[in-house]
Amino acid sequence: MERVRSVRGSAARLGLMAVPVAFFAAFFAYPVAAIVARGLKVDGAWRLGRIGEVLGQSDVRQVLWFTTWQAVASTALTLLIALPGAYAFARLDFPGKQVLRAVVTVPFVLPTVVVGTAFLALVGRGGLLDELWGVRLDTTVWAILLAHVFFNYAVVVRTVGGLWSQLDPRQEEAARMLGASRLKAWRQVTLPALAPAVAAAALMVFLFTFTSFGVVQILGGPAFSTLEVEIYRQTSQVFDLSTAAVLTLVQFVAVAAVLVVHAWTVRRRETGLRLVDAATTARRPRGAGQWALLAGVLVTVAGLILLPLAVLVERSLGASGLGYYRALTRADGGTFLVPPIEAIGNSLQYAVAATAIAVVIGGLAAAALTRRDAGRFVRGFDALLMLPLGVSAVTVGFGFLIALDEPPLDLRSSWILVPLAQALVGVPFVVRTMLPVLRAVDVRLREAASVLGASPWRVWREVDLPMVRRALLVAAGFAFAVSLGEFGATVFIARPDSPTLPVAVARLLGRPGEMNYGQAMALSTILMLVCAVALVVLERLRTDRTGEF
Amino acid sequence: MPPNLPLGLPTSLLGLEGATVRFGGRPVLDAVDLEVAEHEVVCVLGPSGSGKSTLLRAVAGLQPLDAGRVTLDGRDQAGVPAHRREVGLMFQDHQLFPQRDVAGNVAFGPRMRGASRTEQRERVEELLELVGLPDAARRSVAALSGGEQQRVALARALAPRPRLLMLDEPLGQLDRSLRERLVVELRELFGRLGTTVLAVTHDQGEAFALADRVVVMRDGRIAQSGTPLEVWQRPADAFVARFLGFDNVVDATVAGQAADTPWGKVPVPEDAPQGARTLLVRPAGVRLVAADAGLRCTVTARTFRGTHVAVHLQPEDAPRLEAACALRAAPEVGDVVGVEFDVAEIVVLG
Repeated sequence: MERVRSVRGSAARLGLMAVPVAFFAAFFAYPVAAIVARGLKVDGAWRLGRIGEVLGQSDVRQVLWFTTWQAVASTALTLLIALPGAYAFARLDFPGKQVLRAVVTVPFVLPTVVVGTAFLALVGRGGLLDELWGVRLDTTVWAILLAHVFFNYAVVVRTVGGLWSQLDPRQEEAARMLGASRLKAWRQVTLPALAPAVAAAALMVFLFTFTSFGVVQILGGPAFSTLEVEIYRQTSQVFDLSTAAVLTLVQFVAVAAVLVVHAWTVRRRETGLRLVDAATTARRPRGAGQWALLAGVLVTVAGLILLPLAVLVERSLGASGLGYYRALTRADGGTFLVPPIEAIGNSLQYAVAATAIAVVIGGLAAAALTRRDAGRFVRGFDALLMLPLGVSAVTVGFGFLIALDEPPLDLRSSWILVPLAQALVGVPFVVRTMLPVLRAVDVRLREAASVLGASPWRVWREVDLPMVRRALLVAAGFAFAVSLGEFGATVFIARPDSPTLPVAVARLLGRPGEMNYGQAMALSTILMLVCAVALVVLERLRTDRTGEF
Repeated sequence: MPPNLPLGLPTSLLGLEGATVRFGGRPVLDAVDLEVAEHEVVCVLGPSGSGKSTLLRAVAGLQPLDAGRVTLDGRDQAGVPAHRREVGLMFQDHQLFPQRDVAGNVAFGPRMRGASRTEQRERVEELLELVGLPDAARRSVAALSGGEQQRVALARALAPRPRLLMLDEPLGQLDRSLRERLVVELRELFGRLGTTVLAVTHDQGEAFALADRVVVMRDGRIAQSGTPLEVWQRPADAFVARFLGFDNVVDATVAGQAADTPWGKVPVPEDAPQGARTLLVRPAGVRLVAADAGLRCTVTARTFRGTHVAVHLQPEDAPRLEAACALRAAPEVGDVVGVEFDVAEIVVLG
């Protein structure tokens, strides 16, 4: 009997997994394999020596070195700046906290191109700091590091702060009653409890900054180049596909290693911790120390997150009022075949299609992963789903470019290519949002429903669905925002006559002249507003803050 | 103050004077005065929300006072942080540190106070022996049963030798038989060690079994303070009486040695205060007689209580009465009986 049930359970799970697995095989594994073959196969024979040759080049080694150290530096800087923020959002109660929490999350869903543009407007040539004090950072690595902090502040606040707000404050009080000072109690009790979450957040930030593309592309100039940027340069400018393939492989291995460590820390994260309702742990600040910390956090948020966005809007208006915006409706600039304003429509259409795909694929995958008795095989599937998140959008775009242009899968001329690539990047977000909620559905509720006569399908429909409807909407919101801002893959495969918003911004920035610069700022502002609206809707729907994003 | 201590000596270890805590303007602790003498075991008893836990947190230094003061050994504790007050607090749900094993939890306090490794180990051994878990040092706290967790929490709280040990619902989460056994063990242990204890609980049985003195709290104020016997025999008011589980409480007008109540004339003790009062009739003071004598009542329910049967009686046009009957004498549901009152079991409340 037991055996029959478990066999049937496995069959159901395999059925659920089939679609996502097929999707990943066709649009992820196959393109990546094509890249590898392209790089390492000459006339049908494998040439693994190519790896050594490419890695031996000094400029490649320099790219590797820069990619790594800027990622480490960005991660350290982000933790340094965001951990006090995580504390403030978790443990302090202050007016406007909800709004501010939404505000600090805006950067995370902002397209990297917008982030790059905003920092260009702040610290670049002719930027705000340049005008005021003649300070320019766009020729230094600081512009990149600061933009990375801007971008990832929310990752730390959400991952670490989410857990922090649920740690029972009485654990620290227990330590204090036993003679530990405030600081000692924090170090001895809270820090060990937070450590896995901090590690998980750090790895995420490392992953995002290691594979950073849009930000570095815009702020890095010729001096600084990450692996992503180098892969893009090798494919689209130097046309050295085999070097690009080897670099892609290197990045693939690095990312896979980070993901394995990440999966391990996440599994360890909440073992044995006593979690309480987050609503009960926050208190009004007490004493000079807490007020000073809160003030510091508010100043940081204002200077690091609000200021760049404000400057972006200010620059988009320029001296000519809405002139840059009006210019977006004309096609006479020569940069595009179509008026740049059409990019908005393109982006929205692509994003809607990508969201639909991501929700279906991600939803099925999450349903398959929900069962608690998930074995090694299923956990492997879980990790596989995370891969596109770290395996660089550029890899995906490049892979699409070289793999999907011939039978059996010739999608070169199909509009669906862009949404497919964007969905691939969006699926991990859908899974990560759905999974905690699905897993939190009490098994006994399902058991109660089936004892009352509901078939497995009816159980899902009557018990699970009503409880996850909200999470489904949040997941869709995330997928939408991610698709909207997707740049690395889209830049490869978007057709010249139908650019998306980020692609249009990057193209405008690549051209000289005040008008192009202003139009880039204007388009970025529009993109930012669309994302911000999506996020506000999302924050209203969001009920739990335990997710990983 | 326990009777065996001579009066006049400065024996008060803990003092609260007008201690007040407000949450959003609402007083949770309202001008509380309380003294706990050295070696005394005081139990604060009250329903949830009566401010008992806040009282402990205020003494511990985890909750700042809005008014009044806390003294330990006569010294004002304002400005003394929690970790320097040398008081122990056993939390309601124990709050054992999940990252540390049993020994790590017990050694935490001595370690914070700078004890050497050898001292720590000796203290852990000594305390685990004391609480009856001599071989548990290396066990993970997650693997402990509820009763074992409670013992480890006690060992951890005692390890740094606090001047005052505070217990927040010490046995709250345990099942009944374990609770009854542990309360006796605790009482014996505190007596042996001479520990000064301030405990809070909502369970009267626990409080009466544990304490030299019981303090009943209501809405942030002290409603009554006295030995368990005093509180049990003479509840200060209707609230205390009802909280102790007495339901036969009514408004009455006392004149001489009788009171006018909805149940008719009820005899009261000689020295009873006169005028409009509240009257308590203990169940044992409700005597069942033949249906044609006394107050006519219908039996609506009977509950077996081990040593006796609690019989619920519905008089015509008057509040219900609860009577305690001997097992054999208890009437059946639906029977009509008469009721008389025994003056020895009647208390006129303040």
